[in-house]
Amino acid sequence: MTVEALNYSVEKLERIACEIRAKIIENSHKTQTPHLASCLSSVDILVASYFSTLRLNTKSPQTPDRDRFILSKGHGAPALFQILAMRGFYPESLMADYGQDGSLFAEHPPTPDHLAGIEAATGSLGHGLPMGLGMALAGRIQQRDYNVVALLGDGECNEGSIWEAAMLAASQKVERLCVVIDFNRWQATGRSEEIMALGPLADKWRAFGWSTYEVDGHDLGALVKLLGNLPDGSGKPVAIVAHTMKGKGVSFMEDDNNWHYRIPNENEVAEAKKQLGVA
Amino acid sequence: MRNAFADEITKIGRENPDVVLLSGDIGNKLFDKFKDNAESRFYNCGIAEANMMSVASGMALSGLRPVVYTITPFTTTRCYEQIRVGVSYHHAPVTIVGTGSGLSYAELGPTHHSLEDMAILRMLPGMTVLAPCDEVELRILLRQVFQQSGPVYMRIGKKGEPIIHKTPPQLQIGRAITVREGRDACIIAAGTVMPEAIKAAESLQSEGISVRVVSNHTVKPLDLAMLSEVFAAYPVVAVVEEHSRMGGLGGSIAEWRAEQRGKLADMITFGAADEFMHRIGSQEYARKHYGITVEHMTDGIRSALKAAK
Repeated sequence: MTVEALNYSVEKLERIACEIRAKIIENSHKTQTPHLASCLSSVDILVASYFSTLRLNTKSPQTPDRDRFILSKGHGAPALFQILAMRGFYPESLMADYGQDGSLFAEHPPTPDHLAGIEAATGSLGHGLPMGLGMALAGRIQQRDYNVVALLGDGECNEGSIWEAAMLAASQKVERLCVVIDFNRWQATGRSEEIMALGPLADKWRAFGWSTYEVDGHDLGALVKLLGNLPDGSGKPVAIVAHTMKGKGVSFMEDDNNWHYRIPNENEVAEAKKQLGVA
Repeated sequence: MRNAFADEITKIGRENPDVVLLSGDIGNKLFDKFKDNAESRFYNCGIAEANMMSVASGMALSGLRPVVYTITPFTTTRCYEQIRVGVSYHHAPVTIVGTGSGLSYAELGPTHHSLEDMAILRMLPGMTVLAPCDEVELRILLRQVFQQSGPVYMRIGKKGEPIIHKTPPQLQIGRAITVREGRDACIIAAGTVMPEAIKAAESLQSEGISVRVVSNHTVKPLDLAMLSEVFAAYPVVAVVEEHSRMGGLGGSIAEWRAEQRGKLADMITFGAADEFMHRIGSQEYARKHYGITVEHMTDGIRSALKAAK
């Protein structure tokens, strides 16, 4: 089974990112599901990964040589669900019952054997990175050259298991493991740097033995450059601290933590779509 | 018992290239032979059990058969949520081994006792729970683990436990085995407390009371055929375990019994009370503290038989 990356142009990625944002906002309204702002801050990282750098096979989603993407911040599932549909893992019509009783599509990803494209059922924070580390070590044992990318929230970095995994990945020099931290500076109830002494975040990952980069998490070109360069030749696991903004792309949602739980009304959906240039 | 585990997993690892051993900064020398043979499949994951358990889930989801090994509280209660989410929810074929379980590390105090591990592990959907009584059972059951899929928890002792099975028995996960025949009462026991159960049966024999002893090495799934047979055949069934009397073998048999109709044996349980020990001693001392002794069992079975008449 072969795997391939799409390597779309930055221009194309930007258009997809706008479409995905519009779909997420519409869906939040339609299904009354929260975490909109957390999803919007992750969109560009997801788009750069799925539509450019990840080597996948949507016809045979469990192909052993595929790259793995783990949404460690599981509450970003509404974004991931839209991405996986657009990427072709399943038809958009599969999401018709989104948020209804009996649906696969709820607020967090289901297990991999229930939905194509999912690598781990997350939602409880601090699990995705260690599981990804296990997958990356498995790849090394089985002599496969796939990469594992885990997307973490900055709030998620409160969890001790993240730092346990960081230390083991560094000692084992797991160079095919990459974390991207969606550093939007908010967690559920306040500023992430005030609730726990999170900073200096990039220095922390560096000190833990990771090859660390900082990037504008909404600069698709810059993201593609970093995510397309795995392993990075340092012999270390790679940490990308992506500076992002909660609610990115819609002026009245940007950096407003009320949108962690707020659901947009019909007028807000229309205004958001207008701003995103999506009809 | 842990030496037998190390020896058997080394042999299994030699035969099966999918077997990976993860240890939480213990038993390093113990696994030298495993490492000699398969260095790339041994990971000392440090004193970070939550991460270790999730790493094992990730490996299992990638087609490997990881075995996680450390002292029981640290491979169960310490990382319970990682077992629940990564292992059980994903139905990942991770084998969790708890060493020094029950009161094996009595001297180390309650931080190292494990009297709730079977209860919490058996609550998890799809989890098989094993408690071999000696190294013979351990070796046979461990081999069978890799012939089935899905997650497994196995609690084992430390070292020097007596051998119960002089010759390897016909053993199967999910099927309890009789280690001593008897006609007046039955003891169902799980794990390394077995020698005490057998001694209790021998002691009662000298008074003319004949007691059967069953090794219930698989605590989940329960051997329902054995339970139906035993609870119909005897007036008294005693359940013995080095575990809390709540939620473990006794608890799970009581749940089963509550759903049955018709006349069934009276049931008594021997295990730990709902309390931590604050004055510490040997395993023998700890067993005495909790009433998991030959004398306590013989007294209990004798009076239960009298009451049942």
